[in-house]
Parts: sequence; C-alpha cells; structure tokens
Amino acid sequence: MNLIRDLGAGVIESVERLGRASVFFYEVIAGAGPLFRRFFLITQQIYAIGVLTLLIIMVSGLFVGMVLGLQGYNTLVRFGAEDSLGLLVALSLVRELGPVVTALLFAGRAGSALTAEIGLMKATEQLAGMEMMAVNPLTRVIAPRLIGGIVAMPLLAALFSAVGVLGGHVVGVGLLGVDAGSFWSQMQGGVDFYDDIVNGVIKSFAFGVTVTWIAVFEGYDAVPTSEGVASATNRTVVYSSLAVLALDFVLTALTLGEV
Amino acid sequence: MVQRKTLEIWVGLFVVAGLLGIAMLAFRVGNLTVADVSNGYPVMARFDNIGGLKVKSAVTMAGVRIGRVASITFDSERYQAIVTMNIDGRYDKIPTDTSAAILTSGLLGEQYVSLEPGGAEQYVKAGDTLRLTQSAVVLEKLIGQFLFSKAAETPGNEKPPAPSR
Repeated sequence: MNLIRDLGAGVIESVERLGRASVFFYEVIAGAGPLFRRFFLITQQIYAIGVLTLLIIMVSGLFVGMVLGLQGYNTLVRFGAEDSLGLLVALSLVRELGPVVTALLFAGRAGSALTAEIGLMKATEQLAGMEMMAVNPLTRVIAPRLIGGIVAMPLLAALFSAVGVLGGHVVGVGLLGVDAGSFWSQMQGGVDFYDDIVNGVIKSFAFGVTVTWIAVFEGYDAVPTSEGVASATNRTVVYSSLAVLALDFVLTALTLGEV
Repeated sequence: MVQRKTLEIWVGLFVVAGLLGIAMLAFRVGNLTVADVSNGYPVMARFDNIGGLKVKSAVTMAGVRIGRVASITFDSERYQAIVTMNIDGRYDKIPTDTSAAILTSGLLGEQYVSLEPGGAEQYVKAGDTLRLTQSAVVLEKLIGQFLFSKAAETPGNEKPPAPSR
C-alpha cells in the first residue's frame, strides 16, 4: 500500500517540478529585457560557461575525430571505400556526435558548476538578500547564466565538429594514407549545408537551452543546505544527460523523417 | 577575478572562434562553397520511368554539372514523370533537340540526368520541354529481359541447357 502511495507522490512531485521549471523559464525570459543594458553581465557568463569549457571541448573533439578516422578506416577499407572516410567523419560529427558529446561535456563541466554556484547562493541567502534590496535575482543572476549558456553551446559544438574533422584528417590522411583530395571532395559532395550543418547547429542550440535550463533551475530550486546543493548538482548532470539523449532521438527522427 | 578588459577580449575571441568553426563547417566541410546554380532557368523533360532520380540530383552535359533537378511531378493523364531541371544561366546554348537520359554514376551510385546536345539551330528557352528522353535503366527489368532472351535462344525449349557451366 505504501508503495502505491509513494509512486503517486513521486509522479505528482515530478509533474509539479516540471510545471515549476516551465514557469521559472518563462519568468526568466520575460524578465531578461533590462539585461541588455548591462551586457557585461552576459559577457561574464559567456566567459565562465564558454571560454573555460573551450579547452576540454577542443581536446575531446580532436580525439573523437581521430577515433572516428581510425575506426571508420578499418571498416571502410574492407569495402574498398576508404576514400569516403572524410564523408563518414564529417557526417557523424556534424549531425550527431558534435552536438551530443558537446552537450554531455557541457552538462558535466558548465551545468554542474552553474547549479552548485546558484545553489550555494541560495544556501548562503544571497538570493534572498538581493530580493531585500529590490533586485530581482531572476534578472540579475539567473538570466545572464541562461543566455550565456544558450549562446555558448552552439559555438562550442561547432568548434567540436571542426576540430574533430581536423582530427579525422590527421589520422586518415596523415597516418593511414587516404588521399587528401578525395577526403575533402567526398566530404563536400556529401555534406549538405542546410540538411546537415544547419541541422546540427539547431540541435546544439536546443541542447544548450535544455542543459542550461535544467542547470539553473536545479540550482534555484535546490534545498538550501550543503546536502541539497550536492544532490541538485547530481540531478543536473543526470537529468540533462538523459534529456539530451532523448531529445537527440526526437530531433533526429524529425529531421531524417522528411528526407 | 579576471580583469574586465581581458575577460571581454577572451569572450570576443571565443565568439570569433566559434563563428569561424561554423564557417569552416559551411565552406570547407559542406558544399556551400560550390556556387550552386546561379540565375538558372527551368527546362522540362518527360520520362516514362525516372528510376531513383531525386530532387537536387545533378544535371550534366559532357560530364560537367550544369544544373540540378528542381522538381519531379507525375502527369496523371499520360502516366509520365515530368522532371523540371534548373539549368545554370551561364549555359544558355542548349539546342532544342537535346536528348535527356537518366544514368547512374558507377554501378551503385546516384542517378543523374545527362543531356546530349543535338544539332538544332535554336536554343532552349526557359520553360521549354525536351522531346527526346531515355528512361532510367531498371536493373530488375534488364535481368528479366536477359533471362527471357536466354530462354528464347534455347532450341525448341524442350531441354534445359546442359549444367556444365
């Protein structure tokens, strides 16, 4: 009997949290207007979220591209199609791996930091203090972080894919001896600007919104204790990774369906 | 805390690098750099069977891509496919008796429209229809024809061919 009761309570709790998160998102976006007169607040967050995440993104992109080159070559050479290596590397990166892996790394590196920061602000009553001074913490603290994350994520994903293609080039052309000309020309012949690249940018934008939204909401909604902040950070990483993977499936199904 | 100036420089560099990444994807990885059909004009052709031809397939002449397939529609009165091709405006001297054929690049490659120039004095204008067309080769039909002609060759058709081969 208790089990059923707990189950129901859990469902109601999650639906309520989802509703709260949606209202929160709306309030942040609606209150973000005055922010554009103090653009430095956003710049600061792009630095903290984007620039500091850049290194891990580029290094991972390089290695993912190199692994794709190595793995793809071994499979393609069996069919004598190793000239298509560039196409394989570029399409996998631009369509799937770039946005998804970037979003996962982004959730781990930037999302968890956002949640911990905001949660700690709440635990030390800085947010309440702001409200006392008639400063809306949603506008002053949350909105710059949300916008910064949304701006940073597509740029990071594009860099990830670009570096990954270069990594694939290093392995494929440099180590395995694929012809450089056919590497690039096959790539250019097969990668469509609108279907693949714009699609990847849209995807990474959607992931940026999702991950940053979950991160700032979990921080803002955290139980204001050190334990509460710890579990909120944990939830951010778990939820945003799951959300990214699920959303990726939906977006891929949507865009592949119409071809 | 980082100085305001250095911070802004870093963010600026980051945004520039990100945009450069997108630009590299667009021009180096994608096919945006290949100037696609510019101020093209439409030319129609009717085919009995277009096989696997798709919108955006290439239209070539002497192997050079001079346009793309803009749309494919079905004429329900004549049971034919109407392929509208968008030909690049630079190539405006295509004779009116040019023939169009749907070929396959390689054995398993994509299908494309190949134009063979004729000898007419007039050139096709926007909206013209090419009269001479050759349908796509459907492999199954070809195999079927081959088998039938083999069967017809066998004298009398009483005995199956010796299983020596």
